[in-house]
Amino acid sequence: MAEQIVFQWTDPNSVRKAIKVQAPQEVAWQVFTEQIGSWWPLAVYKIGKATAVNAVIEPRVGGRWHEQGDDGSTCDWGRVLVWEPPSRLVLSWDINADFQYVPGLGTEIEVRFIAEDEGSTRVELEHRRLDRFGDRRDQMRTIFDKTGDWGKLLASFAQAAESLAGER
Amino acid sequence: MPSELSTRSETRRERRVFAKLRNRTRTAGELAQGMGVSRPAVSQQPSEVLRAAGLVVVTADGTRRLYRVDRRGIEAVRQWFDGFWDETLDAFKEAAESAARKKGRT
Repeated sequence: MAEQIVFQWTDPNSVRKAIKVQAPQEVAWQVFTEQIGSWWPLAVYKIGKATAVNAVIEPRVGGRWHEQGDDGSTCDWGRVLVWEPPSRLVLSWDINADFQYVPGLGTEIEVRFIAEDEGSTRVELEHRRLDRFGDRRDQMRTIFDKTGDWGKLLASFAQAAESLAGER
Repeated sequence: MPSELSTRSETRRERRVFAKLRNRTRTAGELAQGMGVSRPAVSQQPSEVLRAAGLVVVTADGTRRLYRVDRRGIEAVRQWFDGFWDETLDAFKEAAESAARKKGRT
């Protein structure tokens, strides 16, 4: 049998995850959007000075996504970009690598809640546009400079793939 | 030449291409057609260059070899989020399943 060689493309600027949750779709949506304090690691992943007791997503496009401190203070994490209960949510994550809030930083988290049957839901999460963190740029240049052939090859792949994608 | 390849227009095009072809595979024949080279040249050349650069992950799948373009040199942030979301989604799953059990609706 002739050997078949296939190439698989992945987006280097995103992380994609999928889990199956033994909960109905609307419960999964509700826990994710209304009960962040019950699962987000607030003790470690928060940016304010106060102890964080909850995180809140305001339920509308443009709504704030922010942590709440035990002293009543709040710190923004991002904004709601897409609000389509109970199936699709897109948030901006505007916290940079130094854990500071930067309005407009613009990494995005898309979460899809897919009902598989009455009691279970497939939850898919993509955290994308990670290149918006910016410090990757120098690392990228180093790689390309070290391997000039790789750069040309990538350009060729891109051209070929574009023409293939254009046919679909 | 290499510095030209990290221009904004190349990066933008790469992003569009990656977005369109996310997780799709291509055979060497299809790529060769697009690149205007013969199939053996396509199948031999990429693996050498990309593997030498540490930018390809190769897995065997029966008689097939699967090449995944993986720019590990620029992945520090991506890897961090990969681990973060693994842990955080596990915690979310537990919370959601616990809520469903309480509602008696699993």
